[in-house]
Order: sequence, then C-alpha cells, then structure tokens
Amino acid sequence: MPKKIIATASLAGCFGCHMSFLDIDERLLDLIELVEFDKSPFNDLKEFSRACDIGLIEGGCCNDENVHTLINFRQRCRVLVAVGECAIMGGLPSLRNVIPLQECLAEAYLHGPTVAGGATPNVIPHDPDLPKILDRVYPCHEIVKMDYFLPGCPPRADLIWDALVALVTGQELKWPYATFKFD
Amino acid sequence: MATFVKFTLDGKIYLSEDGAPLVEAARACGVFIPTLCNYTGIPPKGACRICTVLINGLPATACTTKVVEGLNVQTSTPELESFRQAIVEILFAEGNHLCPSCEKSGSCELQALAYRYRVTVPHFPYLFPRRDVEAWHPKLLKDHNRCIQCKRCIRGIRNPAGKALFAFGKRGDRVVINIDPVTSQNISDALAQQAMDICPVGAILRKGKGFDVPIGRRTYDRTPIGAELRS
Repeated sequence: MPKKIIATASLAGCFGCHMSFLDIDERLLDLIELVEFDKSPFNDLKEFSRACDIGLIEGGCCNDENVHTLINFRQRCRVLVAVGECAIMGGLPSLRNVIPLQECLAEAYLHGPTVAGGATPNVIPHDPDLPKILDRVYPCHEIVKMDYFLPGCPPRADLIWDALVALVTGQELKWPYATFKFD
Repeated sequence: MATFVKFTLDGKIYLSEDGAPLVEAARACGVFIPTLCNYTGIPPKGACRICTVLINGLPATACTTKVVEGLNVQTSTPELESFRQAIVEILFAEGNHLCPSCEKSGSCELQALAYRYRVTVPHFPYLFPRRDVEAWHPKLLKDHNRCIQCKRCIRGIRNPAGKALFAFGKRGDRVVINIDPVTSQNISDALAQQAMDICPVGAILRKGKGFDVPIGRRTYDRTPIGAELRS
C-alpha cells in the first residue's frame, strides 16, 4: 500500500492541536510507516509539493491569509479534517465575534489600558504586507467544505490517533466516550 | 393512598403511581429520557422539547405528561433520537457556547447531551449573538452567552422570604433571564450554590467557585449522562 500523504496547517489556532498530535508519542514511529508529510509545520515545508490524501486544519479563519491557506488546502487535499474547537466553531478567537471589528482594533491599538502613548500617535496597523483581519472569525466549514470534525481543546491524542488510523485504513471511527470532549 | 396504574414503556409493561410525571416514572423504571429544562422537584415547563417521546404514537413532552392507566410510550426511535440531536445542535448554534473557556465544562448537561449524541458540529449556522455578562452581583455571575432559557432558575430559586431571585424579560428569541439586583445583594452562599447547581449550563455561576473540580473528576468526564439507566 503506498503511503498516504498528510498536510497540516494552523490557522487562527494556538498550535495546541499540533502539540496534541505529537502526544501520540511512540505511535509516531508506527505512523511514519503509514504516511508521509507534505506541507506542515512539523517538517517546516511551506509549500505543497504534490496532491495530498489528508489535510488536517487547526484553527478557524480570522484573516484573509487563513482563507487563502484553507482554500489551498481544500484544492490540494482529498479529505479535509477540522481539528479542534477553533476549526469547528471559531473557538476562543471567536470571542471577538460579538464585538464590532472597529471596537476591537481601537481597544487593541488605540485606547486599551496596555497601549503606551509614545512620541508618534497610535495607529491601527495597516501595512499592505500584513494579512487583512476579517469582520469576525469563521469556522472552517463556513469557508470550504470540511469532510470530518475532531472535537476537543485540544482533541485528545488518542482521538487524533484513532482518526488517523481510520482515515489511513478506511475503517470506521468508533468515537469512544473517553476521547470525545469539547474542552 | 396512591393508586398504581399500568403503562407501557417501549413495549414492556410497568407499574407507576397514577399522575406521576412521565420522565420521573420512566426513571423509576430504569429508563432514561433526556431532559434539559426539567428538574426534579420543580414544576415542569415543557420548554426545551428534548424529552419528546411518542405517546400512543404521537409526539409529546414526557416532562409535562402524567402517567395514566394504559399509556403507551415509545421513548426512543431513530427519528426521536435525531430530533433530540437537532435540539442540542440548535442550542449550540444559537448561543455562544465556548466549552474550552467555560467553568461548567465537564459538568454541563447540554455538553453531556452533545457527547451522548456525538455532536461534532451543528448542522445549523452559528449565530454569534451579542449578549452581556453580569459580573456585578456580589455572589453570582450571569453569563447570558451560555443561557439556554430553560427557566429552571426562575421556577426553582427563591430566597428564604419566598421571593424569586430570577425573572425573564422580553419575548421570543430575545428573551433574557434577569437576576433581581436588590434580592441578589444579600443571598446566602448556599442559595448561590443552589442557583449554580440548578443551571444545566454555565450561565449561572457562583463567584470564586469556577474550575474547582479537576478535569477527569467532573460529573460527565467518564460517565455519560443517563448511563445508569437504560435508553
């Protein structure tokens, strides 16, 4: 059986889901017999080199760069999995969804208690090289079609392992209660 | 003396006290019917509809139905289970339920039901409504983001003088549960705890009591809701 190709990305996430992935510990040695990694923070590959079988997405979309990355993943990956609460429903970054964007930026860069007054007036960053922040944080499935969802903050390592085994072998995921958590 | 009547649950005949609420009677028979807005000891409301069962073939809420002679009840069919899952999904999509940052996570009935139905993501769009957090009550914190308007607190919590601590304002999808700002000024720790316990979600919290049970030992960490009963 040819090795499955996996790509991963962290959008508006904290890398906790990637850390939880690494918590599969010595099973990484078994995994590497079954899969190869393409674009991923694990191997620091910045670009896709081929079409992939499985794409794992951590985090929702809070800026236009996230959206581009997610669409790129959708085009390159046969199966796309939302990993963790942020990818599924926006997660903690979506706390700002109930506050108008202008109020958020003004609090962060102009009037917040930790904003230092300097010689130059405070400005909201607007450099063209910076990603444009979106009006709110979007769950991944509101941007592209997602095939599967792994809940948890982060998803338990055992759940990630079970899901990978299921995806690679084509078996059904059992969803044991102990690893099905939202926190 | 109580009279006992025969009724049928999923094809089996049981005895129950005449006029007992159906959810309680089923529980006494070891059969689990999921509930959210219902709470033992306070009047039923029939608000959340998650306890919907088939009574003589027609859907009705089990919390507001009283057991009578010959009642024929089906508690679980694939269609009923998918209705219940949809209710859980709607509640998650309608409020701002951020489980990772919630003090009630692990002991939340809504979350436990989502675990039961293995809800990974709602089939409905998240609404992200703008709601307030009332943190200025001396002993209580009211987070409207998490409130599912079950009104258990309104029906169940009274101060020693018999005055209700909670009431609702507005109507329809804008309904909010308010805390009486005067009564809340001097309530006992016990009453604050009672208010936190009666809330199925993390909308009413006793201040200084968040995250006091470690992960792994919370109510639904290892034991699914209703696991002690047949379903």
